[in-house]
Amino acid sequence: MELFSNANDFLLWVRGDAFNIALSIFVIGVIIRVLEIVLLGRKKEYSEPRGSEWGPGLKNIVSRSVADSGTFKRAPFVIVVGYIWHICFFIVLLLFVPHIELIHAMLGIKWPGLASQFIDASTVVAIAAMLGMLWHRLTHPVLKFLSTYEDYLVWLVTFLPLLTGYIAFHRMIAPYPLALGLHILSVELLMIVFPFTKLMHAITLFIARWYTGATMGRKGIES
Amino acid sequence: MTSALDITKGINALKEQIDAPTAAFFSSCVHCGLCAEACLFYTETGDPRYTPIYKVEPLRRIWESEYTLFGKLKKILGLAKPVTDEMLAEWEPLIYDSCTLCGRCSMVCPVGNDISAMIRKVREGMVAADHAPEGLIGASTRAIKIGSPMGVRLKALKAQIGHIESDTGLTIPIDVEGADYLALLSSMEIINFPEYIESLAKIFKQADVSWTLSSEAFEATNSGIQIGCSDIARELVQRVVDGAEKLKVKYVISPECGHAYTAIRWDGPNLIGRAYSFKVVHILELLDELQQSGRLKTSGSLDKKLTFHDPCQLVRKGGVEAQPRRLLEQVASNFIEMNEHGNMNWCCGGGGGVSANERADELRIKVFNRKKTQLQEINVEVMVTACANCRLVLEEGLEENNMDIPVIGLSELISEHLVEDGEKNE
Repeated sequence: MELFSNANDFLLWVRGDAFNIALSIFVIGVIIRVLEIVLLGRKKEYSEPRGSEWGPGLKNIVSRSVADSGTFKRAPFVIVVGYIWHICFFIVLLLFVPHIELIHAMLGIKWPGLASQFIDASTVVAIAAMLGMLWHRLTHPVLKFLSTYEDYLVWLVTFLPLLTGYIAFHRMIAPYPLALGLHILSVELLMIVFPFTKLMHAITLFIARWYTGATMGRKGIES
Repeated sequence: MTSALDITKGINALKEQIDAPTAAFFSSCVHCGLCAEACLFYTETGDPRYTPIYKVEPLRRIWESEYTLFGKLKKILGLAKPVTDEMLAEWEPLIYDSCTLCGRCSMVCPVGNDISAMIRKVREGMVAADHAPEGLIGASTRAIKIGSPMGVRLKALKAQIGHIESDTGLTIPIDVEGADYLALLSSMEIINFPEYIESLAKIFKQADVSWTLSSEAFEATNSGIQIGCSDIARELVQRVVDGAEKLKVKYVISPECGHAYTAIRWDGPNLIGRAYSFKVVHILELLDELQQSGRLKTSGSLDKKLTFHDPCQLVRKGGVEAQPRRLLEQVASNFIEMNEHGNMNWCCGGGGGVSANERADELRIKVFNRKKTQLQEINVEVMVTACANCRLVLEEGLEENNMDIPVIGLSELISEHLVEDGEKNE
């Protein structure tokens, strides 16, 4: 490598400057995107409300996580694989001991992790779920039709951290600092892409669910 | 002919529609495709262009290029896809022919996007850019000029009232100042289902309700809401408000019509920019209230196996869901629900102006297959609903499919089971 004299230098850069740049883009980007949304506001409502906004808005944030039975029967794959993917992803992200240590070092908070064989299994399941979702996107008439380059880009930058994490954990690339560096670099890529793509849903879905729940709550509709 | 001016107006109208919820919705869509599964136009045709979130693409492009930093950057670099006149022409059937504004997609979206509300917003841009269907333009023009989307004049209403009064001996009050309730009607009720007016007269007589019709504001429907033009919608709402305030009523009753309730109950005050001096109730809310308070007494029941078709605008947009069920409990001994009902009911296929848009007739008949399947699952003898438009669309669809199931209005069913004068109260 010309940029780095050795793998250790590469890891140092990835952990240092690169991480700071990615984190800055992520944090500033997310703040801008959220402000862009909420500052637009809503028009004043003059109709007499039948119910309140806040309670139903908050309830909708939770209740939208459960699909209605009719939709479940019509699209079981998206719903089941969607659940599996999100659960496994968060297990890997938040319960792998080295990840917890990183969060502790950055934010000063910590919690107990899971044994690494659980993390390993979750990673495999999450990777399988993502491959399944990609296959589904490429073959289902609606998803194939709706998908743009962004959908595939987002898939790729989400997939890479899982793949490189698995590779690093199993020492499948040598030397280890290179494997770990690639993993961190892939996460940085994810962080940089995040504010500019539908990855933002991880944050904005709370806003979207609240608004819809509030609108419906105001009219006395069960959402 | 559309011009460069029209497209500019259209784009400006779309820009005006962007608010925080819209921005949150577009930011959150992950292209999961579940909204397609909630839309009868997709489930009954398999055409992915009918995916609800795809239908709002013009609004999404405006949002991205005008209201996001990254989108503005893309626009400067020439990477943004613009909204053109050709695009809107292509989208017109998606926005008007294949969406009844039923709101089922808004119930299903896992990130909580109110997609149906966004389609309503796109219609504002469509009208401004001169891309609304002939059928709806005609209805709106008649509504503004004549006072009714079907061209029904006061003379026709008075003739129907005359028939009802001479047939039944009941009195139908008009322009009674100081009455408690002002009843509105839909043109379809005046022409196709005058039994609704008769039912009101019978019920209000028994329950001793002080009510009136207005010769200046009898039409409840609002073509402006359907076509998606706030200016027209505002004018039509204002007529009702003026009529109600002139007669100094305490309440205005929205009839058995879905979108009329949305128009007068929820959108109306926002359109005229102030709260009303009266309250708006849907007829089912009022009947339920009269029954709960013991003023409305019924006896006996219809024993046939029947089901209730929830009008989308009442249940998913209006919050009137429990009332019809409590009412049916009193007058139907063999009431069963469709498998998906209440706020997950499937649309008849004719709401949101689709039934007034002749171009969509063939598609509407095709997607009625969803309702047909629902009915076949439960095998009922009678259908009850609370919207004259649903009723006509259901009747046509049933006939088209050779299904011999009569459709009746709930108010009418109640009025048929009123405790007669002199009959002992149960």
